[in-house]
Amino acid sequence: MAGQSDPHLSIFSPSEVEFVAEDEIIEIVPNIRMEALNMICGDFGPFFPQIASKVPLWLAVALKKRGKCTIRTPDWMTVDRLTQVLDAERESPKEFQPLPFHYIEISKLLFDHARDDISDAYLVRSLIEDIRDVRFHKVETGLETISGRTHAVKLKNLSAMEVNIIRPFMVRTLQAFYKHDSPQMIQQADNIGSRPTPVTDRGPRVSFQFYAYEYFSFSTEVY
Amino acid sequence: MSSWEDEDSAAAAAEAATTDVELLKRAWRNEKASPEILRFDFPLVSRVREQIQLLEETLDDFAEGGVDDLVVSLYQMDLDRTLFLIRSYLRLRLQKIEKYMMHISKSEDLLNRLSQQEQRFVKSCTEIMEKHLEQSVLSKLPYGYDSVTRQSLSSTEDDMVPEPQLNTFVFCKTKSDVGAFQLDDIGEEVVDLVADDLYVLRYKSIKGLVESGQIDLI
Repeated sequence: MAGQSDPHLSIFSPSEVEFVAEDEIIEIVPNIRMEALNMICGDFGPFFPQIASKVPLWLAVALKKRGKCTIRTPDWMTVDRLTQVLDAERESPKEFQPLPFHYIEISKLLFDHARDDISDAYLVRSLIEDIRDVRFHKVETGLETISGRTHAVKLKNLSAMEVNIIRPFMVRTLQAFYKHDSPQMIQQADNIGSRPTPVTDRGPRVSFQFYAYEYFSFSTEVY
Repeated sequence: MSSWEDEDSAAAAAEAATTDVELLKRAWRNEKASPEILRFDFPLVSRVREQIQLLEETLDDFAEGGVDDLVVSLYQMDLDRTLFLIRSYLRLRLQKIEKYMMHISKSEDLLNRLSQQEQRFVKSCTEIMEKHLEQSVLSKLPYGYDSVTRQSLSSTEDDMVPEPQLNTFVFCKTKSDVGAFQLDDIGEEVVDLVADDLYVLRYKSIKGLVESGQIDLI
């Protein structure tokens, strides 16, 4: 058999990623009175006018669409916080800044349905787009360093949507390298024999470094 | 050490508080991302089915009782979301079964991962497939080449049975500290797996961790 893994089954569509994101909890301020909701996914409410309440994002959007509440922008979605994150992203080319796992989906849903509840919405939106660009550029740069010796990739703080975008390419790349390069690795190990392998022989052992200190690679002269 | 204990009990409390929907979502994601079929979580699926049924009945009562439209539509959304999860979960598994039906039928371990209905499905699927192949093609091939699973009599094993690619790389997230983990057979590849981190690893290496729930596939 050709052995190329079938990507079909494991592809998540963007809507499916959004579906998962819609369960994230967000705060709303209802303007109506409503009794508690005992749903399969959890219990929420009861709701009183002007009293903040925590609900899943899909529920918040549904209420907002019907004009029954305002949505409280999450703390990380302010101009100050996002500017900090953007600066940090630019300053650390090998690390991703911690952001909510579903930050892209959450911000998109809020922009689509609750733009009036976001202060400085235009600025917030452009900050998020810049952050996305910087992060994605890091991903692309990192992809270039994948080699046959890459046996694992660590992607600390990458977000759901970003994962989904690079998934097909990353999986195929790693798979291709694994298929074509691993016999050589085993051969080399045999040649080296019983003496402990000098660290400098190893060559680039890993492609992504998203820490200040080297994680997988043991030698710094590789770079 | 006391902070460890706090973390442990907090983690235990979080686990206990995980709703069935969360568990179903996790099962769905794992199933989607995994190249092979995983264990069918029968208790979870039956619980969710019960809750769905209960909610459907409640919604019928609401419709008759004249409950506020907004409330009805919100419950309906919750129902739709749960239905989507469970349908997609079941469909994914059926797709995998159809794809690897020969391979699954041959393995006791894999058959045990299926639900009873799925086991019936795989049995009749293979029967139908074999019958079809025999009638349409194999009966017309010369003797020695007419097996469904082997290319010819000289094949030493079943070489025409599609198998899932266990060496596929998958994206995953650790739920707890695993520590130094060996990825391959010769002990060359060791990775330190820290809690709540995102990795891309070969599925085969982490199969056990996925089964024990220490790693989630995303």
